[in-house]
Amino acid sequence: MTEKLLVNPIECEGHGACAELLPELIRLDEWGYPIVDGRPIPPVLERDARAAVSACPTLALRLTRS
Amino acid sequence: MTTATTGMPAEGTATDLPRLLPANGQRPEDWHTHTASYGRIPYRQAPGRLVADIQHAGLTGRGGAAFPVHRKLTAVLDAAAAKRRVPVVIANGAESEPASDKDATLLWLAPHLVLDGLQLAAEAVGAEEAILYTHADRRADVGKRLQQAIAERRAAGSDLVPVQLAEAPPRFLSGQETALINHLGGGPAIPTFVPPRITERGLGGAPTLVQNVETLAHLGLIARRGPRWFRQVGTRTEPGSMLCTLRRADGTPRIAEVPLGMPLRDLLGPAGNDGAVLIGGYHGTWAPAGEAVRLTLDNYSLGSIGARVGAGILIALPPDRCGLTETARIVRYLALESAGQCGPCLNGLPRMAAALAELAGARPRRQTRADVERWAGLVTGRGACHHPDGTARFVRSALITFAAELDRHERGQCGAANPRPFLPIPRGSARTEQDWL
Repeated sequence: MTEKLLVNPIECEGHGACAELLPELIRLDEWGYPIVDGRPIPPVLERDARAAVSACPTLALRLTRS
Repeated sequence: MTTATTGMPAEGTATDLPRLLPANGQRPEDWHTHTASYGRIPYRQAPGRLVADIQHAGLTGRGGAAFPVHRKLTAVLDAAAAKRRVPVVIANGAESEPASDKDATLLWLAPHLVLDGLQLAAEAVGAEEAILYTHADRRADVGKRLQQAIAERRAAGSDLVPVQLAEAPPRFLSGQETALINHLGGGPAIPTFVPPRITERGLGGAPTLVQNVETLAHLGLIARRGPRWFRQVGTRTEPGSMLCTLRRADGTPRIAEVPLGMPLRDLLGPAGNDGAVLIGGYHGTWAPAGEAVRLTLDNYSLGSIGARVGAGILIALPPDRCGLTETARIVRYLALESAGQCGPCLNGLPRMAAALAELAGARPRRQTRADVERWAGLVTGRGACHHPDGTARFVRSALITFAAELDRHERGQCGAANPRPFLPIPRGSARTEQDWL
């Protein structure tokens, strides 16, 4: 079972906390909205991914299992 | 004004076209003429029984996405069983593409074919209510015509489930599936984020089947005549016929029912080898006419240039018009029609529109073309719906197709003699939330 990051673009307001906590998988576009790497999260980044998800002020970022 | 005609069949195919539009041309069918031509509605007496016929026919959605209909039927049946919820069926006639007129024409000329299909689809998934969702303003009196048709059916006792009419606000996105569900649930006609899919959790949380009105008309005929009949026209992998909206040099829409796989050369007529063709509407693809006439009307062929059949819109841009000016106008319209919910769409579309306006003017900055390309990449795949993706596809194809015109504009010239706008845009944009209700 692998986990992936998924952003709800309607909820996202571009606070940018996720990119700060998980720069390996999330960068911000020129307007401050996250560009998320949708591939399975490498085990070494799982903790940081969870931290990024918890830090989202609008609960727009989540983990999905596939 | 719209004229309805039948396209020439592809060579070597047996044909009984038109199947959907009345063979007598412009005369709308009432209940009496409809049943005289098509007979009774062939109910299957239980849910699920129609699915195999639809699967064998290979019917796909005619609203633009070409999703296999039997898979949606099955998904709704499965969700209804799993959740023990009675599903809802919605006929989507909210033809929001301003250049399209095929659904309004079908509803006007043959409302009973659509309503037959709606009843059969309701029976197929075990629904107890059905909704017909349309843009009432698209054609004067279409609402009245549909009310009349529903009354005729009530008098004849032909229907299994009651049909409610619902009206879509005049927005580009109001026919988008999740926007439609949002609106019918009492909210604005703006998209929501999936998952869950509406086949699982749609209107009021019930499993919901949404099918384009033309798709339902085909479904009703497949139920009568069988899958083999359906496959007598079209290609092996994309069977059947479809309604197209064709606009040639004079801009007047012509509705044609044609087999999938028909050569675009035959559809476009003497469009010539110069000029450009817009395939699939404002989320579609521009192509040089010389390239377009070598293709056929199916996703396999159109896919070779990154285009899709979509809802069957084909527009030949007259050689005296500027493709950049037309593209800039349309992208401005698409930017104004963004629901403004997702950051990349909210920010990217107005910037693309402004940059295209600059490119369509005299002596744009060199950087602007690269900016548009970057923004098109940046918005793609990052919205809750496909509005940014479709807009980006349209914009990118314009930059390629009108590359020579871009060069001319950089030198301060324009190849177009006629400044009059060509592609249709509805009047009025959304200013307040009320405009989405």
